[in-house]
Amino acid sequence: MDFSRVFTDATPLLMKGLLNTVVISLLAILIGFVIGLAVCFMGRSKHIVVRAIAAVYVWVIRGTPMIVQAFLVFFAFPQVMSMFIKGFTIQAFTAGLITLSLNAGAYMSEIFRGGISAVSVGQIEAARSLGLSHSRTMLKIVLPQAFKFSIPSLVNQFIITVKDSSILSVIGLADIVNQAKVYVGATYDFFPTYITVAIYYLVIISILMVISKIVEKKLSYEK
Amino acid sequence: MKNKVKVTNLYKSFGDNNVLKGINLEISEGEVVCLIGASGSGKSTLLRCLNRLEDSTSGTIEVDDFEISDPKLDINKVRENIGMVFQQFNLFANKTVLDNITFAPVELKKMTKAEAKEKAMALLKRVGLSEKADSYPHQLSGGQQQRVAIARALAMNPDIMLFDEPTSALDPEMVGEVLQVMRELANEGMTMVVVTHEMGFARDVADRVLFMSDGVIAEEGTPEQIFTNPSKQVTKDFLSHVLNA
Repeated sequence: MDFSRVFTDATPLLMKGLLNTVVISLLAILIGFVIGLAVCFMGRSKHIVVRAIAAVYVWVIRGTPMIVQAFLVFFAFPQVMSMFIKGFTIQAFTAGLITLSLNAGAYMSEIFRGGISAVSVGQIEAARSLGLSHSRTMLKIVLPQAFKFSIPSLVNQFIITVKDSSILSVIGLADIVNQAKVYVGATYDFFPTYITVAIYYLVIISILMVISKIVEKKLSYEK
Repeated sequence: MKNKVKVTNLYKSFGDNNVLKGINLEISEGEVVCLIGASGSGKSTLLRCLNRLEDSTSGTIEVDDFEISDPKLDINKVRENIGMVFQQFNLFANKTVLDNITFAPVELKKMTKAEAKEKAMALLKRVGLSEKADSYPHQLSGGQQQRVAIARALAMNPDIMLFDEPTSALDPEMVGEVLQVMRELANEGMTMVVVTHEMGFARDVADRVLFMSDGVIAEEGTPEQIFTNPSKQVTKDFLSHVLNA
């Protein structure tokens, strides 16, 4: 149990893992954000089929554990695909990114939905009574306010996405957790290694929280 | 006087709930009409039908010779000329006072930014809130918010103004400042339809008072007739209720 040894020996390994964790989380947050917005609008569509697709997507993602989704994308999906395309495989990183993005997207679509319904009907009526079209009212009045209402929940979701990325170590993504597992497998330095891993996560998430606080301040209506 | 509003045989129901049961109404240019009546009598619904915030169930509504219920009508274009003031003010929470007022004229390309700002500052001066141009709505009192809301509606140069219980959400000490602005507007010849519980205002300012009860206009007349010599028993009951409260 030697902290200094872990610090010198494990750091290069963990740093590599950290990079993977940060990259996959940031990408999943970005892609999830786009999916979330799209699904949120699909859920408000006039067409029942479009609404149904959105509802089923959110239902399935929220209703199944992410570890199962990761197995489906990484193992099951290539198995099915290889029946059509010989030797079809999928990289752990790609499968992990798909899983994490789909997950973040489902939860973010719900966050956006909540944000939009938190904007009072009166705001919409005021804009419409001035002669603005429905779409312009959405774009200029509803969405900016809905986005602001959504920020605390979005930040929460970002944090969850960063932490959930650790689950992807089970499909072989070389993230911090996986690298640590490799390291302790050889050295048995469980305590210092996992403490170090925990601190890494704390640092990433703290940075995320500081950034979001700045954004929140920037968007507030106070002068 | 030119006819501004003509409502013929208007019915409106929400599901099984029949709120308006055959409204006939004409309002001429420059006229100030106050709608009074108990809660649930259909006053606000009637007002909201005039700019199609509510779709009518049957009947016709003409405003400025446009048939409001015509599905082919570009309602947004017609709404540009119909100002509306709400009970809950409904100022855009994400915009400053100035931006609240300039937003629609600029967005709808009625004015350039500079023109809209000039107009907004003039309107703010008129409602006595020049120094609040850069404030956000939540930093203002209810009375101030409502005065900004009136300025916002006026920025589009409407030729008719609808007021939906504009003072009902205000603390008593702020009612006067809002009514004062409305009074001035009436004196300048604006066509106004006002749903109100302020009997004093109706008596002083209205050219005509409509008493609504159970989805119909039960009685109408000059303020003099309605307040001192109502002919119907429902009107008498309502007035004795609100005036002696």
